[in-house]
Amino acid sequence: MITVKFSATAKAVTGEDEITVEAPTVRRLVRLLDERWPGLGDQLTEGMAVAINGEIIPDALYEDIPDGAEVHFIPAIGGG
Amino acid sequence: MTMTEDPTTPGYKWVGTRPIRPDGLDKVTGKARFGADLILPNMVEAAVLRSRHAHARILSIDTAAALEMPGVQAIITGDDFPPTDDMAPGDAHQAVKVMARDKVLFEGHPVAAVAATSRAEAQAAAKAIVVTYEQLPHVLTVDEAMADGAPILHDDLITANVDPAPETASNIASRAFFERGDLDEGFAAADAILERSYTTKPVHQGYIEPHAAVADSGQNGRANLWVSSQGHFDMRTMTAKVLGMSASKIKATPAEIGGGFGGKTTIYLEPLAVLLSRKANRPVRVVMDRDEVFMATGPTSGSSMKIKMGIKNDGTITACDLWMAFEAGAFPGSPVGAASMTALACYDVDNFRIEGFDVVVNKPKVAAYRAPGAPISAFAVESMIDELARAIDMDPIELRLANAAKEGVQAPYGPVFPRIGFIETLEAIRDSDHYRSPVPEGQGRGLASGFWFNIGGNSVATVNVHADGNVSVITGSPDIGGSRSSMALFAAEEFGIDVERVQPHIADTDTIGDTDVTGGSRVTLATGKVVVEACRKIVTDLCRRAAKTWDCEIEDVEWVQGHAQHVSGTESPLSLADLAANAGRTGGPISATHAENVRGAGAGFSTQLVDLAVDEETGQTSIVRYTTAQDAGKAIHPSYVEGQMQGGVVQGIGWALNEEYIHRADGTLDNPSFLDYRIPVASDLPMIDTIVVEVPNPNHPYGVRGVGEVGIVPPMAAIANAIDRATDCRMEHLPMSPVALLEAINERNAD
Repeated sequence: MITVKFSATAKAVTGEDEITVEAPTVRRLVRLLDERWPGLGDQLTEGMAVAINGEIIPDALYEDIPDGAEVHFIPAIGGG
Repeated sequence: MTMTEDPTTPGYKWVGTRPIRPDGLDKVTGKARFGADLILPNMVEAAVLRSRHAHARILSIDTAAALEMPGVQAIITGDDFPPTDDMAPGDAHQAVKVMARDKVLFEGHPVAAVAATSRAEAQAAAKAIVVTYEQLPHVLTVDEAMADGAPILHDDLITANVDPAPETASNIASRAFFERGDLDEGFAAADAILERSYTTKPVHQGYIEPHAAVADSGQNGRANLWVSSQGHFDMRTMTAKVLGMSASKIKATPAEIGGGFGGKTTIYLEPLAVLLSRKANRPVRVVMDRDEVFMATGPTSGSSMKIKMGIKNDGTITACDLWMAFEAGAFPGSPVGAASMTALACYDVDNFRIEGFDVVVNKPKVAAYRAPGAPISAFAVESMIDELARAIDMDPIELRLANAAKEGVQAPYGPVFPRIGFIETLEAIRDSDHYRSPVPEGQGRGLASGFWFNIGGNSVATVNVHADGNVSVITGSPDIGGSRSSMALFAAEEFGIDVERVQPHIADTDTIGDTDVTGGSRVTLATGKVVVEACRKIVTDLCRRAAKTWDCEIEDVEWVQGHAQHVSGTESPLSLADLAANAGRTGGPISATHAENVRGAGAGFSTQLVDLAVDEETGQTSIVRYTTAQDAGKAIHPSYVEGQMQGGVVQGIGWALNEEYIHRADGTLDNPSFLDYRIPVASDLPMIDTIVVEVPNPNHPYGVRGVGEVGIVPPMAAIANAIDRATDCRMEHLPMSPVALLEAINERNAD
């Protein structure tokens, strides 16, 4: 099981601060969340990065999620 | 000065030394080729016709007379570009940014471009193009753009991340929102609460080299492109998208770059050069003048911010409510999201709400600028924290230490921080000679801190060992801060050879794999890591070759100080040169490539201290002493780390005291030159003292975090805080120019 913590923007859709789910990859997680809250998948993937156990990963759609991980969806970060 | 946290850091031979940069001689003798230096046979020159209106509908463009002008080879307008209907919104905006279609959205917006046998002929022909406009009302600030009934730039722009979604278009592109805890409870627990409003103006990255591009389009649908940029792979990809080409049809070759600071991570001239070259069937060079750089390339955002913060008498920050609106320029994409994420990242605050709006205005589209967005929100937060420190009579460093983010603290944007070095930067300043020295009579002392994420990303390195045992390191990362030296140092350290034996190269897009831009403070971390990994592959291969030479198992071979050694000591060690000379007999050329989307970037923190004096008769501020402490993780080439720290501070001083875009009422820019847009020069500045803090990033083989950006985050607030302590004038608007400060002093005196 993994814990997904929602940002304030996502929470406006989910109504929950966090959920615990079974999802071995980010792609599977996004699909699962989109099934539960239609449209959330787009919000969590367009211009977004994923932090898994504190490590920020851009382009994370195919990333594995270890069991017990804490996952955050955050805006993608660029830089100058 | 360097302060290393970990006394067990291995004693490197090369990493941490200061060799002369490999590209230095060519640069100081004028041999290095920058973007505008390339000359190709039969090359023609281009000029861009730009809008003089901030907002207008294009009714017609008549190029007939211009086409008859002497020397004219080709003219392009928006009609020569592919339609944007099927493009993703960001790509469509990029396409319209480089060449206007039905409307111009800012002064300087390109409406046509001309290629001619000389630049003067191209400029004359551009002037002969007749454009008929219908002028439209414009908006220049977020306040104007967000007002009811404001002129709308894009009829299809619906605010994102608002629930429910608006039904009508506005100038607000999107909303960023972060919150935690209970604001009411937080403010109820506070002993002191302050509310303030701040504004900042757009400021330009101010690189010395104007944008330039050379293109040579062939009849086979391919194009060669030479670019001065922070990332020729991205220039190629963006150019291909707006021209409807496959990226692989463009070969982009990096020129040397005369500064970027984020502003050269996007395209302006490149698609124009490719199209003109295709139409003229000749190579085309296009170079901006300085006024074009100011008018048509990205500054960073102007902003409006409101902040309310509460604090207990023991220094605990109990609540923060921050509202921000950032100018995006003519197309969505300000750094307000990053500003929202970084605003409170230095601190462990239980209750906060941060709301940010990305707002389009009739100015050039903003571009990245060192730690994009973070310096702006830090100006508000760090100014407020200093006022709160004064309100509860607490030392500003002790207040920050009482609230400092550290390992295990949840960042405001969600994830929990791993090992970070913010506290170490505060302690470095607290323990510095500067902080321990009394504030000189008549001066003010200010302090501020800042955070930036730093990033990893895609990098590729190929390492070749030549027959003489010397080494080439090939990457795709343009060198804007001395990264050639750092790559050479990594290789020298890994192989155990003199750094002079390593030659770093930056290759074109056909020669090395796709590499992200030199930005985000990523190159020493990410490209450095792939260099290290490629070297390690070769060292393993060298040990295998030595085992083959000695007819033993590879486990019996180790690599020590540039030599393969047999663990028994029975064989004479083989140097890199020995093994390279024999490469054909032991498996062929010695070469390895490593490609990786590098993760594990380590966050960067900076704390800065400034002493300054204010001339109360003129409002002129003089920076007297400045010390900056920054966590580099590990300084690979300390001179370039210090240079990045000093450069960030100096750009911040300009942002704080002088730099601003000044627009006339008609929406045109009043100061598009370095004469009127005043950046600091050496005579304006004291030596910027640096303290390199080294709290190693555990995710990098050498502990690197990245250093290019966070140095620009604290200066504006640090200087505002010092001015307040020097004059009792709290400056809430940037720049704190002599005019603005004199006005504040006069108001203070009137009170």
